[in-house]
Amino acid sequence: MIKLLIILPAYNEEKVIGKVLKSLPRKINQIIKVDLLVVDDGSTDDTQEICRSCNVLVIHHLINRGLGAALCTGFTYAVNHHYNYVVTFDADGQHSPSDIGRLLKPLLSKTADVVIGSRMLNLQSMPLTRRFVNFFSNLITLLFYKIWTTDSQSGLRGFTLSALQKIRVRTQRMEVSSEIFKEISRHHLIFAEVPISSLYTNYSLQKGQRITNAPNVFYKLLLNNFR
Amino acid sequence: MIIQFVLSFFLLFALSRVVLQVRSAKISIGAFLFWSSLFVFALVGVVDPNVTSYFANFLGIGRGSDVVFYISIALLYYLIFRFSIALEDTRREITEIVRRIALKDDLVKKTSRIRSHRRK
Repeated sequence: MIKLLIILPAYNEEKVIGKVLKSLPRKINQIIKVDLLVVDDGSTDDTQEICRSCNVLVIHHLINRGLGAALCTGFTYAVNHHYNYVVTFDADGQHSPSDIGRLLKPLLSKTADVVIGSRMLNLQSMPLTRRFVNFFSNLITLLFYKIWTTDSQSGLRGFTLSALQKIRVRTQRMEVSSEIFKEISRHHLIFAEVPISSLYTNYSLQKGQRITNAPNVFYKLLLNNFR
Repeated sequence: MIIQFVLSFFLLFALSRVVLQVRSAKISIGAFLFWSSLFVFALVGVVDPNVTSYFANFLGIGRGSDVVFYISIALLYYLIFRFSIALEDTRREITEIVRRIALKDDLVKKTSRIRSHRRK
C-alpha cells in the first residue's frame, strides 16, 4: 500500500491553517492513502484546535522550537509509520495544492529521491527582497554544501522513505532549508527541481524568510559546520 | 602595589573555585587543567610582571602588557565560540526532549482512542 504524508509545520497560523488544510488533496493518483500531519510548533493561538477540528493528524510541541525542529518531528513520525513518500507544505497558504502532484511525479517514477518545488523556475512576480534573500541563500548553500539549487528556501519538498531514513536534520530554525541540501549532497541522493507557483500575500511575506534573518542563518550554518 | 594585591587575591579565589568544581565533579579534568593553568599564569604575571616581558621578548612583541592583551583577546574569542557551540547543543537537547514528548503524546492519544473504541 503506497502511503503519502503531507507535513505542515505550523506556528500561530490560526488565520489561514483551516483554509489551507481544506484545500489539500485527500486523494492522489497512484497513492492509496494520503494523510495530513500538522506539527504545531508550540502555537499560543488556536492553531491546534482548528487543526484537530479538520480531522488531520496533529503533533504538538510544548514550546516553540523552530521550523527545523518541527520538520524533523514530522520526518521522525513519517519514518516510524513507514510512509512511502513525504511532502512538506508551508502552513501559511503560500503554496498551491495542485503542485503536489507535480512534485510527486519524479518520486513515483523513481527518477529522484528528493524533489524541491522551485519558485524561481516559474516566472512570476516574486518580491525583490525575497529574490535577494533567495539568491544569497542559494550562494551560501553552494559555498557550504557544493550543491546548486534555484530555490534553497522552498518549503514545498518531496522525499522518498529511503531518502528520509538517511537525512539527519540537526538545525532547528530557518537554516534547515539549506541543511537539507547538505544531506542531499552528503548521501549522494538524486535530487530534482520542479517549477511551482507561489501566492505572496502580506501574511505569507510576514511569516517567511526575512532579509534581517539572513545573517543569523549564515552564522548558525557556519557554527553547524564546526560541530 | 594595591592592584597587585587585589588581583592576586581575586586570582587565588578563582583558583580555589576551580579546585572545588573539579572536586565536586562539576567540571572535567581537561577544563580543570585549562582554567587552573590560566589562573596560575595570570597570578605569576601579576606577582612578577617581568615574566610577561620575558614572554614578550621571546614572542617578538614590544611590551609584556601587549602579550597579555593579545592572548586575552584570542582566548575570549575562543571561549565565545565554545559557549556558542555549547548553547547550540543545549538547544538541540531541549528540542529532542520536546520532540520525544510530542511523539509520545501522540502515541498515548492513539492508544487511548483505540481503548475507548474497544470499550464501545
